[in-house]
Amino acid sequence: MSEDELTIEVDGRSIPARKGAMLIEATDAAGIYIPRFCYHKHLSVAANCRMCLVEVERAPKPLPACATPVMDGMKVFTASPYAVDAQRSTMEFLLINHPLDCPICDQGGECELQDLAMGYGGDVSRYAERKRVVRDKDIGPLVQTDMTRCIHCTRCVRFGEEIAGLRELGATGRGENMEIGTYVAKAMSSELSGNVIDLCPVGALTSKPYRYSARAWELQQRDGIAPHDCLGSNVHFHIKGSKVKRVVPKDNANINETWLSDRDRFSYQALASEDRLLTPKIKRDGEWHECDWEVALESVADRLGQIGIEGQGDRIAALASPSSTTEEFYLLQRLIRELGGNSIDHRPRQVDFSADTTAPLAPCLGVDLAALEQADAILLIGSNTRHDQPLINHRIRKAALAGAQVIVLNPVDYEFNFPVARKLIVPPSQMPAALGGLAKQLARDAGSKDDVQAELSAFDVSEEHESIAALLQDADRCIVITGNLAERHPKYGQLSTLAAIVAGASSANYARLTDGANCAGAWLAGAIPHRGPGGRKIVDTGLDADRMFDSPQAAYVLLGLEPELDCIRPQKVVEALRSSFVVALSAFHNASLETAADVLLPIAAFAENEGSYVNSLGQWQSFEPAVRPPGDARPAWKLLRVLGERLSLPGFDAINCVDVTRDIAALCDGAVKPSSALGTVKIETPQESSGKPEAVLEIPLYATDAIVRHGEALQLAPQHNLDSVYLNQSTAKQLGLKHGGQAVVKGDGAETVMTVVVDDTIGDGSYLVYAAHVGATAFSGAEQIQISKA
Amino acid sequence: MATQTTKLSAHARGVIDAALEKYPPEQKRSAVLAALHEAQHDNKGFLTEELMDAVADYLEMPRIAVYEVASFYSMFETKPVGRHSISICTNVSCMLRGSDEIVEHVEQSLGIKIGESTEDGRIYLKCEEECLAACCAAPMMMVDHVYHENLTPQKVDEILAKLK
Ligand code: SF4
Ligand code: FES
Ligand code: FES
Repeated sequence: MSEDELTIEVDGRSIPARKGAMLIEATDAAGIYIPRFCYHKHLSVAANCRMCLVEVERAPKPLPACATPVMDGMKVFTASPYAVDAQRSTMEFLLINHPLDCPICDQGGECELQDLAMGYGGDVSRYAERKRVVRDKDIGPLVQTDMTRCIHCTRCVRFGEEIAGLRELGATGRGENMEIGTYVAKAMSSELSGNVIDLCPVGALTSKPYRYSARAWELQQRDGIAPHDCLGSNVHFHIKGSKVKRVVPKDNANINETWLSDRDRFSYQALASEDRLLTPKIKRDGEWHECDWEVALESVADRLGQIGIEGQGDRIAALASPSSTTEEFYLLQRLIRELGGNSIDHRPRQVDFSADTTAPLAPCLGVDLAALEQADAILLIGSNTRHDQPLINHRIRKAALAGAQVIVLNPVDYEFNFPVARKLIVPPSQMPAALGGLAKQLARDAGSKDDVQAELSAFDVSEEHESIAALLQDADRCIVITGNLAERHPKYGQLSTLAAIVAGASSANYARLTDGANCAGAWLAGAIPHRGPGGRKIVDTGLDADRMFDSPQAAYVLLGLEPELDCIRPQKVVEALRSSFVVALSAFHNASLETAADVLLPIAAFAENEGSYVNSLGQWQSFEPAVRPPGDARPAWKLLRVLGERLSLPGFDAINCVDVTRDIAALCDGAVKPSSALGTVKIETPQESSGKPEAVLEIPLYATDAIVRHGEALQLAPQHNLDSVYLNQSTAKQLGLKHGGQAVVKGDGAETVMTVVVDDTIGDGSYLVYAAHVGATAFSGAEQIQISKA
Repeated sequence: MATQTTKLSAHARGVIDAALEKYPPEQKRSAVLAALHEAQHDNKGFLTEELMDAVADYLEMPRIAVYEVASFYSMFETKPVGRHSISICTNVSCMLRGSDEIVEHVEQSLGIKIGESTEDGRIYLKCEEECLAACCAAPMMMVDHVYHENLTPQKVDEILAKLK
């Protein structure tokens, strides 16, 4: 027994307990159940429901197990007549004002109150007076309220304060008039708001999209992996018939704990979207015709084979969504490479690929999340983790609340839900210079190699750089992170190299957080133009996701993309697609795909698919289909396999998806753990600021990928007005713009008039424009955008 | 979210600052009661959402946390009320000494019920929940923070008549 362990006796059994722990933690660990409502292992102790009362020897009254610290030798009785009497009394009080409307309550069948009332409630109520009624509130499109059912456990309130970091719900009023709500009518805006549905022990907070659509006991539960960010949260799909009715988190202490982001929780609605592509289609003479698989695959194979025969195989390019499965990436790259090309990529939003050749095997975090929580300093470069990886952000938040110094370098002063120690908010073009100054200072202090120091000599070191450098040097456990915004930056190579230098010189870990769910899988499977599976050398590097659209190729294969929304330079992409043969494997149809493509092949979307994702922790997570795809849709890996076979290409004979997984794993030499070590790119002299305000192209929280864009409820969730341009007071003055006024925003052929919103979170010299959402203007990359007064 | 602190008058901010002096700088929220009192006083006896937001922003606390406080304490009004606030005690001692008749009399002469304000905005008949600690002179009522004791209907009429 270690020093901070002691022994208590519960119901005659000796059990170990950690010193300082609450009784309920010890009994939970020992498998002794004590009823509870307000206690939750990830929330602070409120001890306000009193359901957990137990008898403790020599205590003058029953004690709440969730708020009673253990003491050595303590004797506890959880089910003695005295304890049970207290528990029953509590239950009687709780039920006084509860409507008991279980037959019409969505929580029925999975309600903690219902369950415990079975054990501790009386059969007949002694309360004959009027019950209170609480008027319902509308707190947005995701969470449904029925506040009359609330038992005031305050789990939802504590969640907001402690986990979401955004206190939106509260307990207003007093005594009988106490109500849980937002007080002023407003929708919850937290990116984690859906978790209160799981936390609420009764039916007061339930899922709005799921409402009245199934009963808990009719549902079947299947495991899955969430497809929207590089954490790969573990989920359960709840299925009735052949439909996914809802998605709930699956506990995984190393990944998502018990939480799930709203994006991962509610995107399943896209599976039943009216925009699903249900049958293969072929375009003949500009007209779309539905056809069967035989015809569709034959025509694709013929055309691609023909191009190969003509010796044009290297002019077949493929672009896949970064959320494709590792198996899809692998088969797609194999198809392209066997046909003679190397132009395959998975990064439709990246424009600078200069760091590719020196990049490590695959992007990753490099540490586990427990270590991230323990960090003393975290430098976030071009990253809004709160939107991009909400549950990695949650770990950063834990670190920050425990005292870690978080430093951010961004063009926008994003509203993080944790204290930020230092901020470098500069226009995009100045980000390398801002990071370079820091690198120079750190390299100098760390006595880095002369050539490194020489390369950095052109950077200016400010006082702020010095003090941030000191902060990083003082930290024992330091992590440098580049995020999605850095990846989209036109100087990503510079940023990542400088980040690596900063990390090296401050003995930090360099972590890369990436777009989509499976960038790591794409790198390992070889869905990159310069390396094969497992990092194998490629002689002729192909065209990257940007250059493959510089001029039209002979053919394009698109996987899981809506090119005009997913590509950061939609103008030129659409242009190139127009004059080529385009095969689109897609779960959805939309007007622009129909314009661009020649063949549309319907594919399975996440819960319908099988395969694996490699998350930023380097974990391979495999999943099986939870439901059948609708109509004629098929898993993309199968289609790619059949295409390969029809073209008589070698290596397309795997019958099962797991065989493909095994092939890839073998090619990765068992080296399934991507490393975060990085080579370096030549450092350029920092760019002078032109003084002209620069555009930041932002991907909205609920427009990250095609599935999210088809999630009905998510689209209704409160977001910024996506058709406005955002800038701060001083930039507005510089441009002669006023809040509420109009501005012309144009770039490379696209031009639009937007309403001006003055927002002081936007850094000096930048303005923010949204891309990727339905209806977004098709600009050609951020650098081309110009703004002027309308 | 635009901050609302400008909705507080300079005077109110001065009073809040004085209250803040009493607490450590990282415990600004401790001044929330004092701040709400002043904001209410400044606004003819009731709080608005804007004022509560202003207090929240000024004390750097979540807005909902201020709504919680304001809606919890009976001395804060979160809806517009009449200029003069009358609280008639109806707790045990006062009840035994005839507070029910006093309430009835006031309600009748003003034409409003407990919890309402007169239409001209002159008087607010507040619902007082607790004993006002003047039992020895029951029945009693409080008018704009001033105690009136040993009430009779005639006495009440005189007091009401003086309220402008
Ligand atoms: S709404 Fe649910 S979680 Fe929130 S206090 Fe009420 S019962 Fe608890
Ligand atoms: S669980 Fe202990 S008081 Fe609620
Ligand atoms: S009961 Fe009225 S003052 Fe005490």
